[in-house]
Amino acid sequence: METLSAAVIEARNLDLSYDDYVVMRDLNFKVQKGDIFIVMGGSGCGKSTLLKALIGLKEPARGEVLYGGRDFWKQDDAKQQNIMRSFGVLYQGGALWSSLTLGENVALPLELYSRLSPEQIREVAELKLALVGLAGYADFYPSELSGGMRKRAGLARAIALDPDIIFFDEPSAGLDPPSARMLDDLIIQLRDTLGATIVVVTHELASIFAVGNNSIFLDSETKTMVASGNPRDLLNNSKNPRVIRFLTRGERQGVAR
Amino acid sequence: MEKLAIDYSTPQTMLLKLIGDWRISSGLPQISDVTSQLLTHKDIRRLDIDVSLMTNWDSGLVSFLIEVFKECRGRKIEVVRQGLPAGIGQFLRLADKPNAEVKPPGIIREPFLSRIGERVVRLGRSSRSLVNFLGEITCAFGRFWRGKAYFRWGDFIAIVQKCGVDALGLVSLISVLVGVILAFVGAIQLELFGAQIFIADIVGIAMVRVMGAVMTGVLISGRTGASFAAELGIMQTNEEIDAFRTLGVNPVEFLVMPRVMALVVMMPLLTLYADFMGILGGFIISTGVLGINPVEYINHTQAAVGLSNLWVGLVHSVVFGVIIAVAGCLRGIKCERSAAGVGEATTSAVVSAITSIVIATAIITFICRVIRV
Repeated sequence: METLSAAVIEARNLDLSYDDYVVMRDLNFKVQKGDIFIVMGGSGCGKSTLLKALIGLKEPARGEVLYGGRDFWKQDDAKQQNIMRSFGVLYQGGALWSSLTLGENVALPLELYSRLSPEQIREVAELKLALVGLAGYADFYPSELSGGMRKRAGLARAIALDPDIIFFDEPSAGLDPPSARMLDDLIIQLRDTLGATIVVVTHELASIFAVGNNSIFLDSETKTMVASGNPRDLLNNSKNPRVIRFLTRGERQGVAR
Repeated sequence: MEKLAIDYSTPQTMLLKLIGDWRISSGLPQISDVTSQLLTHKDIRRLDIDVSLMTNWDSGLVSFLIEVFKECRGRKIEVVRQGLPAGIGQFLRLADKPNAEVKPPGIIREPFLSRIGERVVRLGRSSRSLVNFLGEITCAFGRFWRGKAYFRWGDFIAIVQKCGVDALGLVSLISVLVGVILAFVGAIQLELFGAQIFIADIVGIAMVRVMGAVMTGVLISGRTGASFAAELGIMQTNEEIDAFRTLGVNPVEFLVMPRVMALVVMMPLLTLYADFMGILGGFIISTGVLGINPVEYINHTQAAVGLSNLWVGLVHSVVFGVIIAVAGCLRGIKCERSAAGVGEATTSAVVSAITSIVIATAIITFICRVIRV
């Protein structure tokens, strides 16, 4: 049925809704291994809702989310958890567990799913913190850090188990430009070093063009995706006025050429 | 000082002279000053504005002018905008747009029957989520007994400390006072028969059988139940609970189980302590104020308070522990992601815990009556 070259993630005819309120309709896309896949669109268009459907937090109203050809929402709990273990997720605010230190935050996934000794776990956790530029912060609590540091610590936790897929929810929101840039560089590094597939939900143009090699554009007016492809190609070739307006910060009105 | 002068020297033209300080902080003329003039001079076809005597302006001037322009547009009067302060044009262009055709979502008043239906559906939904939650907790405990749950003893100990040891002061105060009140209230009747010594029985039985547990339950609902709801609510708001889920960790195992266990362990202990403090309160008043012999008081208490009373009290306390922990954690986990949501979760955790405690007390009392304990 499914070939070996199945996409890492595939969405088929996906509808997202809250009770009766439809957020997005008919989403179809594929994310290939090694992609940095951008989900873009205006504020409130349903990007984060799509992310929730992808990471197993919210069941879509209709359609399928396939991981390696298997429909996530049709698996039993144990299989769903297995699939989820191959994810790392960086939430918008970092979502660090506030009662644990940074070291414990990063160590927790390792305690759960690795066979390392406590000593080794601590070493790996410190390594992950160092990778995101937080060496020496293992004993700090999240409340003792700035927003940017919390986000980076969240990333350290997301990559604790060297996941196959890393999801980023608005990674540069609330960061100053150099920190945002640093995070963009980290995203590319993670793809290159871990060989991870990366999905980024964002509306930051700088990040979109800096990291993305594939993307979809969600449009809140038509409630569906209206464009897909490399963001730079979209900027040059898209005929959709809303995509052009978005990608040029409204400088080009994008009337059909 | 007058800020507005109107001049009709040119035929069919109204000249508005703006004078002095036109800032919000210094007050503005009424728009009716202009409209009333327009009503009396119906031949006006043109409006000129002179700002040469105006010293300062801010958005107050803009809002006044927009109103004037609207009036003029309605009466087909041409407005000459030349001479207005530089920079105001942009301001006017931004502000003088027709309102977007949007309506706030607002509260739509549903018909009576549909409101009842809505309530019933909501009640059904919340009962289902309660049953689900209880099921999840039961499953989590099942995994715990089989040694398969992810349980951090450190968290458990910290919660025990917070909801148990740290509450001792408050529990002491309230229990002693409840004992004192019971003694005084008992004395009112018993003194009539010269049977004050039975105050010892009343205080002892009431405290040990029900009051110790109920008072501790109410205190812990307000103290610990509320803090569980707020803590978990904020974790929900910060996506911390989502982070557990995507890691494949059941938040019930990690967050709810230690809290339920901590209260199930601590509530009976606190209740025992409250019983003792309540009896002490009664003892102090009876011996100190009501003149009962201390030894007699202690003997009477010992004779009156049987072991069955103690068991009934402890059953109460365990049930209350479960109620408080479940109400707090459920409201916290289901909390809406906003500051108001956390507040609501906390309030409803306390309200539902106290209500359930009273209902549970009634049920347990009834059962005890039936099985004659």
